[in-house]
Amino acid sequence: MKYPKLIPTLLVSALVAAGNAQAATAYISNEKDDTLSVLDLDSWTVTDTIDVGERPRGIALSKDGSKLYICASDSDTVQVMDLATRKIVANLPSGADPEQFSLHPDNRKLYISNEDDALVTVVDTQTHEVVAQIEVGVEPEGMAVSPDGRWAVNTSETTNMLHWIDTQTHELVDNTLVDQRPRHVEFRKDGKLLWASAEIGGTVSVVDVESRQIIKKLNFEIKGIHPDKIQPVGIKLTDDGKYAFVALGPANHVAVVDAKTYEVLDYLLVGRRVWHMEFTPDRKHLLTTNGISGDVSVIDVDDLKVIRSIKVGRYPWGVVTTP
Amino acid sequence: MSPIHYLHAFTGVVKREFWRFIQQRSRFLSALVRPLLWLVVFAAGFRAALGVAIIPPYETYITYETYIAPGLCCMILLFNGMQSSLSMVYDREMGSMKVLLMSPMPRSWLLISKLMAIALISLLQVYAFLAIAWIAGVEPPLLGLITVLPALVLVALLLGAIGLFLSARIRQLENFAGVMNFVIFPMFFLSSALYPLWKMRESSEWLYWICQYNPFTHAVELVRFALYQQLNLEALAITLGCTTLFALLAILSFNPERSARTMPARG
Repeated sequence: MKYPKLIPTLLVSALVAAGNAQAATAYISNEKDDTLSVLDLDSWTVTDTIDVGERPRGIALSKDGSKLYICASDSDTVQVMDLATRKIVANLPSGADPEQFSLHPDNRKLYISNEDDALVTVVDTQTHEVVAQIEVGVEPEGMAVSPDGRWAVNTSETTNMLHWIDTQTHELVDNTLVDQRPRHVEFRKDGKLLWASAEIGGTVSVVDVESRQIIKKLNFEIKGIHPDKIQPVGIKLTDDGKYAFVALGPANHVAVVDAKTYEVLDYLLVGRRVWHMEFTPDRKHLLTTNGISGDVSVIDVDDLKVIRSIKVGRYPWGVVTTP
Repeated sequence: MSPIHYLHAFTGVVKREFWRFIQQRSRFLSALVRPLLWLVVFAAGFRAALGVAIIPPYETYITYETYIAPGLCCMILLFNGMQSSLSMVYDREMGSMKVLLMSPMPRSWLLISKLMAIALISLLQVYAFLAIAWIAGVEPPLLGLITVLPALVLVALLLGAIGLFLSARIRQLENFAGVMNFVIFPMFFLSSALYPLWKMRESSEWLYWICQYNPFTHAVELVRFALYQQLNLEALAITLGCTTLFALLAILSFNPERSARTMPARG
């Protein structure tokens, strides 16, 4: 070994590895490799790489954590993986080019963005049938279902709108105009606020769910980085309502925002072109997928520091974690 | 002679070096300003806000400031090692060296004491620099500030020994400018202090090999790894080997009589 760690570090990691056969795990979709990387969250090592459909992007867990849904964009399907066996058990009729999706709290209805068809497809994950297709703006991308299950919100990248879909009637009820190229939407845990990122606009809008009006617009500025490179995509909010993390794409930074005052507290340096993020099950760390550098950076949520970056496949896109 | 005598001689040398250090506050400041200028001005102009690629011992992307901090620590040790050792030329001219060598202690012990004294004083400056760098956003792990200590001591001894060896060969004080040009600058620039070696290799293969054979590169890497609580065995072996070699050479070639005899009296 050329660079041995100090002995205590070695001992501790050996003990941890031995004591935790069933460790917390992250699954990362690698857009260019058509694979999922399985990341052990105790040893921070990639323990497995699984072949899946073509161009996997959005991934989501079933509410009980037993199944993983994978948007295989170029296979035009949403794959269902049994996490116990890590085998694909079903292909859902998702409509063409599924990119992002969101699972309804009822654990049945999956709301899927069909990027090429300007549609949102609703699929029943038990019967494997299409329940509804809703016309939305051009290039639908971001997708989120409110915690109470009432709203499904879709973002359209070219129309620059948030589309509010009533999940009872599957009707498009309202639209909220945001800045250019909205990529991602994230509900606050209590469902009262919705955060939406605009990639080209370079902003994040905070929307009041009740009135569906923007109540605050956030801007980002990093010393030494051209404003054009600051392209907000992924958003994650801590459960305690303290912080919001915003992935800034080719700016290679994640913005830390005070979720109460909307003040940007810090910018954390991660890998190249950071898009999506997920908390570890213990909520102590946040994982980011860095597309161009092909790695996942780990942020310590309490210290607000990046502690390491781990190589995964080519163009990692989505990430989920299980206990 | 008992160990007490050795200790007494050692503390005597350290005290003298310390008093000199206290009296030359400007030297302390310049030793601090130099690396800080590099950190603030040079690194800012470098514009690496998008991050430096991951290389060991770093586990994630770092800013350029973070990359050059260990090299700048070594820069302090380099200038101090050279300056202090070369001040022996001054001591020799002023005759204070003769007083020192009148001690019944073995000459090697006196020289080693001198090296240790220089190292201890340099450490104060390195930690002062690290404290200011912390404010500038270079935040190594706290424990790393302790694990880096032995690495810093060893590197200080290495550079002091090289300085001592050179001072035995240099006749006059004015030659410090020459040392600056032909020793300090090449040692610093042709190392991994400012750029990772793979970057050097991208521009030219032979430049890479010069850097690879420069002991200062391994000194910087030893400090860099230690600052992140890791041991780079290769760097340790090379630094330790070079320190021993130059210390031996310095002791063997140190001949105060020769210079005193051949030196014309200066008015």
